[in-house]
Amino acid sequence: MTRHIVGPFNRVEGDLELRLDIEAGVVTEARVTAPLYRGFEQILVGRPALDALAIAPRICGICSVSQSIAAASALRAIAGVEPAPNGILAANIAHAVENIADHLTHFAIFFMPDFTRPAYAGRHWYEAAVAAFTPHTGRATAELLPARARLLHVMGLIAGKWPHSLAFQPGGTTHALDLGSRMRLSAVVEEFARFFETSFIGVSAEAFLDLATPDDLFAYAEAHDGFLPLFLKIAADTGCDRLGPGPGLLMGLGGYHGVEAPLFRAGVFGADRDVAVIDVAAIAEDTSHAWMTGEPAHPSIGDTRPDADKPAGYSFAKAPRLAGKPVEVGAVARQAVDGHRLIRAVLALNHRSSVTSRILARMVEVARLIGAMRGWIRAIDPKGPYCADMPAKPLDGTGAGLIEAARGSLGHWVEVRSGRIARYQIIAPTTWNFSPRDAAGVPGPLEQALVRLEVGDDGPEAVAVQHVVRSFDPCMVCTAH
Amino acid sequence: MIWLQAGSCGGCTMSALEVGTRGLVADFAASGIDLLFHPSLSLASGAEVVALFDSVAAGDTPLDILCVEGSILAGPNGSGRFNRFAGTDKPVMTLVRDLASVAGVTVGIGSCAAFGGIPAAAPDPTEARGLAFDGSRRGGALGLDYRSRRGLPVVNVAGCAPHPGWVVETLTALAAGLLNAEDLDGFGRPRFFADHLAHHGCSRNEFYEFKASAERSSDRGCMMEHLGCKATQAVGDCNQRRWNGSGSCTDGGSTCIACTAPGFEAMAGFQTTAKLAGIPVGLPVDMPKAWFVALAALSKSATPKRVRDNSRADRIVVPPGRPQGGR
Repeated sequence: MTRHIVGPFNRVEGDLELRLDIEAGVVTEARVTAPLYRGFEQILVGRPALDALAIAPRICGICSVSQSIAAASALRAIAGVEPAPNGILAANIAHAVENIADHLTHFAIFFMPDFTRPAYAGRHWYEAAVAAFTPHTGRATAELLPARARLLHVMGLIAGKWPHSLAFQPGGTTHALDLGSRMRLSAVVEEFARFFETSFIGVSAEAFLDLATPDDLFAYAEAHDGFLPLFLKIAADTGCDRLGPGPGLLMGLGGYHGVEAPLFRAGVFGADRDVAVIDVAAIAEDTSHAWMTGEPAHPSIGDTRPDADKPAGYSFAKAPRLAGKPVEVGAVARQAVDGHRLIRAVLALNHRSSVTSRILARMVEVARLIGAMRGWIRAIDPKGPYCADMPAKPLDGTGAGLIEAARGSLGHWVEVRSGRIARYQIIAPTTWNFSPRDAAGVPGPLEQALVRLEVGDDGPEAVAVQHVVRSFDPCMVCTAH
Repeated sequence: MIWLQAGSCGGCTMSALEVGTRGLVADFAASGIDLLFHPSLSLASGAEVVALFDSVAAGDTPLDILCVEGSILAGPNGSGRFNRFAGTDKPVMTLVRDLASVAGVTVGIGSCAAFGGIPAAAPDPTEARGLAFDGSRRGGALGLDYRSRRGLPVVNVAGCAPHPGWVVETLTALAAGLLNAEDLDGFGRPRFFADHLAHHGCSRNEFYEFKASAERSSDRGCMMEHLGCKATQAVGDCNQRRWNGSGSCTDGGSTCIACTAPGFEAMAGFQTTAKLAGIPVGLPVDMPKAWFVALAALSKSATPKRVRDNSRADRIVVPPGRPQGGR
């Protein structure tokens, strides 16, 4: 057995390091390291409660709206404020735009370029992959960046700017949209829909969402052009559907909380059972292999004390567990929990999430969000308010903001005493997916997904390692915050 | 050019990617900038990247522009281990110093790399600082006397996150040799955006003139008196160029938190105006307090009903007076 250290790992948000034990061309153990710690949970304590709205989004430049919305929901729970319905709709639209921008940036700029590596020269799809996904000069970068910038015009209309806006408040949002603004929102959404259908999926969003079975999917990939059909052909040839199996349990905290039910429902999905309700009280963060001290604790009573010298530590990330078990989060989890039939059918093939299903679920989600955004824009009440007032007296109490970011479940657990933050604990999506081992020695989801990976003579340089890691769309700056 | 991320949220990269109609990569190529490495955009990974950086530090591969995004984390206890460069034993702090010593020019992208930014907020758990400044104090991670190979101090594209135009225009001007020491202000910020105030061009200017103030989030009035807006004191041409198409913080009802200023993270109560005896502590730049008080009293007494009513609503409730249309 040889132990290899792999890093830096670019084309992820932040930096990442792996330690891979390899024996006879197969990974036997993997350890994932978050090598950056900035101390947001320490910085938030002691500040006026609403300062969380300025500081928490700055945890992450790629999912800052998610962080804003989680902070605003936690403070909303503490304040007991009923948000203005228009504010919820505007926040959902902005959130969907951020998540779509993340999904497409991940696909075209972070994930697909690995298929242009010379290791694949000679495959029947190689020339097409090089033309589409070569960094800097490929067609995908050239097409996506202007379309992404245009889509983010929604942020200019709703939030002033992106990333890092103060527009998302416990009572709603800070800018009422007049008739012209609402028309411009619609125009951006329709323009984006055409782009996504033409460049990415090659068919209408409706036709894409009609696919129900793996056979449908296979036939669709063969019959159409577009970045996604190209990936599906590559995936079939390279065995991505068996690559990087997840831990078996998939979780979603509920995506896009509406005035009534969330758009994507909350729950836990396992291959051997249907959706179960999440017991949020059974979440605990374990620090046994983190450069952190402290006993395993629910985030409502947890704290964050770094110890970079701790001998047993190998990551600044804590290890979150649900009832003692690691769970995978992200688009594939959301769509499985929500019961999307194609994603459920693809998962049923080998009873585990995989590189293919993670990528596919993001594209399904983008297609579903196009319809959702149209509905939210239509639902705006032209006469209604956007932001409800906060109580005049200083906030006091505890609350949690449990939402879904692009990469999966995001929770902010906040305690406020006499108007000031007394405790602020965050579990981000990649904290779940890229957690280190827990006290029982159970590895996190990525650590499990890499075990038994065949790397052959390439060892740690095998491109399959890159596919598995990036299929989770890791956000390392969120992971250890 | 090499772009590094230190103690960063990645938001400056995400903002820069929004630039223009062609996209960031095409803009760089058109300006003759050869991007040797960017953490979000490059194919190279792992050992290839370490080898590239070794070659640059040794002087074998020339480096014209070094961009650093994020705070330099010196903690714990000066070791830099809160931010180790993955795959190596080297703190990013050391890597930045190595590359800055050979760079034609070093550019701090965003307020973290410029001054320390949000990670430097109390209790400063990671000993975060900027490249050439620690807050507003000269002497960051690169030391008091740092000058790049071209003899320039660190160029600071401040902002959290900075406007994509600030980033790209600074880099393309540097590539063309058009940005020199005299084009920077005392904090190293390019004067093409730092000689303006965020207030200039704010769409709430009529409310400001009459001190018709917003009292609640989403009110249309001026946010300076009650909601903590710092736009009259913060540098940036924020309201003269637009963000994400048509936006700006103050347009969107997001109070200006002076994110281009050193030490902005130290503010407590971002959305509340600090006052002494009823007068805002932070007054418009260059305005004597007595004048401000006198003018505010006068303009408040002269506020038209339309302006006063609209300032306390989230949409226009009283339109401007106009001649009656005839048939």
